[in-house]
Amino acid sequence: MIAISRRQILISGIFLWLFAVAGTTLVALTEYSSREAIIENERQVLLRNLYALLPRDKLDNDIAEDILELPASPLLGTDAASIVYRARLAGEPVAAIFNSIAPNGYNGKIHLLVGIYSNGKLAGVRVVKHAETPGLGDAVEVRKSPWIKSFDSKSLTNPDPSGWRVKRDGGEFDQFTGATITPRAVVTAVRNTLLYYQQNADMIFN
Amino acid sequence: MTTSREITRDGLWGNNVALVQLLGLCPLLAVTSTVVNGIGLGIATLITLVLSNTIVSLIRGFVRKEVRLPVFVLIIASVVTIIELSMQALFYDLYLVLGIFIPLIVTNCAIIGRAEGFASRNPVGPAALDGLMMGLGFLVVLALLGALREIIGFGTLFANAELMFGDGAQTLTIEFNEDYPGFLLAVLPPGAFFGLALLIVIKNWLDLRPQEKQEIIEPVPETV
Repeated sequence: MIAISRRQILISGIFLWLFAVAGTTLVALTEYSSREAIIENERQVLLRNLYALLPRDKLDNDIAEDILELPASPLLGTDAASIVYRARLAGEPVAAIFNSIAPNGYNGKIHLLVGIYSNGKLAGVRVVKHAETPGLGDAVEVRKSPWIKSFDSKSLTNPDPSGWRVKRDGGEFDQFTGATITPRAVVTAVRNTLLYYQQNADMIFN
Repeated sequence: MTTSREITRDGLWGNNVALVQLLGLCPLLAVTSTVVNGIGLGIATLITLVLSNTIVSLIRGFVRKEVRLPVFVLIIASVVTIIELSMQALFYDLYLVLGIFIPLIVTNCAIIGRAEGFASRNPVGPAALDGLMMGLGFLVVLALLGALREIIGFGTLFANAELMFGDGAQTLTIEFNEDYPGFLLAVLPPGAFFGLALLIVIKNWLDLRPQEKQEIIEPVPETV
């Protein structure tokens, strides 16, 4: 060990402190000046996802603001509160878009947006986040395969309950070549979201 | 004194971050499934390298040696956080793709390596140039590896270019064969290792070829 005088230790400490202050200040200033743009970007992405499920002319409210917080629910696959977006036309309920989770994907959770018209028919489903295998399970993404659109206008009575499975399990929905677990998880999650809506429709539109 | 020419040659070829120093492999292997991802991370790393080298060189006169490493880490972390925030504000879609890898730039040993090994001992000009050239060398490898894996894995090139260059760039995407079934191995992590190994082989082959008669001194890669 080389002996370092107390004075040197103090100078080094102050020097390091000055750098910490300068670095933090710069980061804080950047955060402050970019905050609005970032919030706006997140909002645009959200709106883009929501409008992908519901044609714009079917609603006239600000869907990104007309939200309700739902408590954690096994049917939605959530273990924390989640948000449901509500679409209305002239004040009348049109559809609700749920953030639900398929907890049993091949590589962990698959996050879904599930749009349900007030009559219980599906407006559509989109995967917003997943970690499924590229080239196999990622066919649940709309830009990789049209599979996710096979849910459009389905409901709990179409197909009937025994049909809400992938074909390998005797249901109506296709699986992918080489990947059954991913579509199985998504089909189950969508059916459960429909069940949740059926049980809570009144509460969702107050 | 190192000349600009030497700095350029070292950064791009002789002491290339990815092919010779083998630094920053974690982001390198993780994001290079397409060219656009590779270029995106490459540009972010390049900017970080230039800024951190410049700042480190500017303060080299009065940084006490006992605290220089924490100071370097502070500078690099601040620069990376600022880049991350700016990217979220300006290129949000690209951020959604690369997001989780941007903070990882902090852990890219190449950056603190250049700060300690070069910038802290050289004037601002050469230090900034070193950052630029090391960054470019890394960027080129990321882009090449991305291209290789994208062509073999997906049969496309420049897919999703609009994420980085705006909607006009959609026409950049080249699709070689509509019915290409894809080759999964190239997209998955093993493909990244094979691809990088191939690039290193090619580089070493090019290096050895013209001087077969000479004694060859193996470059000693820094281990991490």
